[in-house]
Amino acid sequence: MNPVVILLPAFLIALVALAVFIWSMHRGVFGHDSAGARVIFTAHEVGHTEEPAAPSASRAALQSLVNATTGPGEPLDDDELLRRVHADRSSATVTFVFLSCAIGWLILGSFAGLTASIKLHYPDWLAGYEWLTFGRIRTIHLNAVSYGWASMAAFGLAMWMLPRLLKTPLQGRRFALLGAVLWNAGLIAGIGSLAAGMAGGLEWLEIPWQVGLLLVAGGALIGIPLLLTLARRTVDHLYVSVWYVSAALFWFPILYFVAKVPGVHFGVEQATMNWWYGHNVLGYFFTPLAQASIYYFLPKVLGRPIQSYGLSLLGFWTQAFFYGQVGGHHLIGGPVPTWLVTLSIVQSIMMIVPVVAFATNYAATLKGYWGTLLYSPTLRFIALGSIMYVLVSLQGSVEALRSVNTVTHFTHFTIAHAHLGMYAFVTITFFGSIYFVMPRVVEREWPYPRLITAHFWLVVIGMLVYIVALCIGGWLQGLAMLDAARPFMDSVKVTIPWLEARSVGGALMTAGHLVFAAHFLAMVAALGPERSRPALFGLGPEMDHA
Amino acid sequence: MRSETSLFGGALAMIAAATAVLVVLPYVQLHDVKPPAGLHPYTSAQLRGRQEYIRQGCTYCHSQQPRDRAQAPDFQRGWGRASVAADYFYDSPHLLGTMRTGPDLFNIGARQPSLDWNLGHLYQPRAFVPGSIMPSFPYLFEVKIKPEPGDRVVTLPPSFAPKHGVVVAGPAALDLVSYLLSLDHTYPLTVSETGP
Repeated sequence: MNPVVILLPAFLIALVALAVFIWSMHRGVFGHDSAGARVIFTAHEVGHTEEPAAPSASRAALQSLVNATTGPGEPLDDDELLRRVHADRSSATVTFVFLSCAIGWLILGSFAGLTASIKLHYPDWLAGYEWLTFGRIRTIHLNAVSYGWASMAAFGLAMWMLPRLLKTPLQGRRFALLGAVLWNAGLIAGIGSLAAGMAGGLEWLEIPWQVGLLLVAGGALIGIPLLLTLARRTVDHLYVSVWYVSAALFWFPILYFVAKVPGVHFGVEQATMNWWYGHNVLGYFFTPLAQASIYYFLPKVLGRPIQSYGLSLLGFWTQAFFYGQVGGHHLIGGPVPTWLVTLSIVQSIMMIVPVVAFATNYAATLKGYWGTLLYSPTLRFIALGSIMYVLVSLQGSVEALRSVNTVTHFTHFTIAHAHLGMYAFVTITFFGSIYFVMPRVVEREWPYPRLITAHFWLVVIGMLVYIVALCIGGWLQGLAMLDAARPFMDSVKVTIPWLEARSVGGALMTAGHLVFAAHFLAMVAALGPERSRPALFGLGPEMDHA
Repeated sequence: MRSETSLFGGALAMIAAATAVLVVLPYVQLHDVKPPAGLHPYTSAQLRGRQEYIRQGCTYCHSQQPRDRAQAPDFQRGWGRASVAADYFYDSPHLLGTMRTGPDLFNIGARQPSLDWNLGHLYQPRAFVPGSIMPSFPYLFEVKIKPEPGDRVVTLPPSFAPKHGVVVAGPAALDLVSYLLSLDHTYPLTVSETGP
């Protein structure tokens, strides 16, 4: 096939998108504060902060800081607040189930990852246990943290946001709960299969297809409450977070089904399919779900609509278009059609468009409000996660360039990049969101605010050590491998200190997760100082106008 | 309903475009690729060994896709010429790999054709490659006081051999090595086989 036939339209569409972007910026179409951005607030709520994760002193400080910039808000509408309390209660059980499971999988996945990491510099450690061999425990790690932790945290947060975004109680909760059961069952069976060596052989798709059907069915069931709640919505406008959530829940079953359908894919075509899936499970599932959280919680905590609402929608569509086609950059230099690799490189570079749209919006929304990070645990996590989204996307674009990819491909640099995305962006964002959501779910405050601080610093320092070390180690590994004068073993030896540093970073992250899980348990079991006040639930001190 | 329609319609269009270029077009383009004359189908022992390669997760550290000489010194390292789609005719699932924590294995059968070396290296990589970080696979072997007839005894450097008895290769280890030895794509390609 003539590559020009494929590449030309892609270039044209990319250029048109860029032109629309520039034109719209020029014309101010995405101007200040359009009505859609206010949908997440009740009447007069702009200017009122909401931060259930912070103790009352911090909440007051947060509000006065916002007052200083925005001016004090007007009195709130009690009826609307009451409806929000009902909306929150409608999703509480479903969200609680998902988040509890997610944290369980996070702990399992962390230990699996740490074990795999240590084995790369102590290769004979626990070598007698077949199920713990690097090739299996590494795969258990990937599946536990992505399909266990990140997916279920995302589902829980999506189910919690929907009633608030659509201003109606969550419908079809039974479907979501059944979906959670199937998803967990599939994951338990799937991880068991991986430990026993029954793996499909394709990265990201290792769970055997017979078991994978449970994930498809579970994912589809979790989509039903979305459709039912959409049908009952009382808002006219679908807020941008609804777009991200809906698209992600719609895309995932399609991706997984097409990838797992047996007997269709073959040879090199299977490899291109593999990376169509492997990159789109990020771009079409985890990324939009994390962005949905950012676009909701960031303005909600600040009591301030997103700066440029139109820009967020443009970001949504350009990301959906460009991100979907970048997977081929995993096969640069491989035995795949040249046009495919070139197309994926072009679209990887074009990803700069949605990323700049997001970054502009993010910085403009937080401008003048950076001080709020001192008082809001939710914002601390989410603001950091957002920065990491920008970083990982830009790194990805650069990494896709043929000259850079020649060095980084096949090295630990790729692993660093994956963790910058799935951890520093997605996981950190979910941590912040869970800190916001859980007090509403269990109607109780976090018992030990200091544990939130400990969690934050452990995982942040841990992930920085992890990512920086592997970027350096991977880059050196790549350079050693490209130098024909150096023996291959040089490329192994040069990585050892960096692999050890990665284990240290991973251990810190795991320690942070243990703190988080313990705090979660303490909150659920109502341990610790009695900090819950009925005022929190809808009529907290920040809303105490009566 | 207008918002929902444009949302789901748009989302469907986006994933359709992505699937078209990364799945459907490669499917169409590569569907008629024929196996090169020099490539043989796997024997059943080799296929069992290939399954063992998947079971042990070898693919997470070893690629099977040498790059072109213009891009990287893969050929100089003895990993072979750049591979083409036809080389993978009998490969299901594909095992192209994304990491080179260890070397590329697409031509390991040509580069390291010794059965003894490969068995010993699986039993304890550090006995043969100092500084290697590859896992050892002791559970694919058995330590016996005396080998029985038909047993394949693994030859090891004295410092890595057990104090008493001998190391005998299990069936999975033998299958795995027979797969590794089958990885030989050094045959020449015709112009038509070089393909897309």
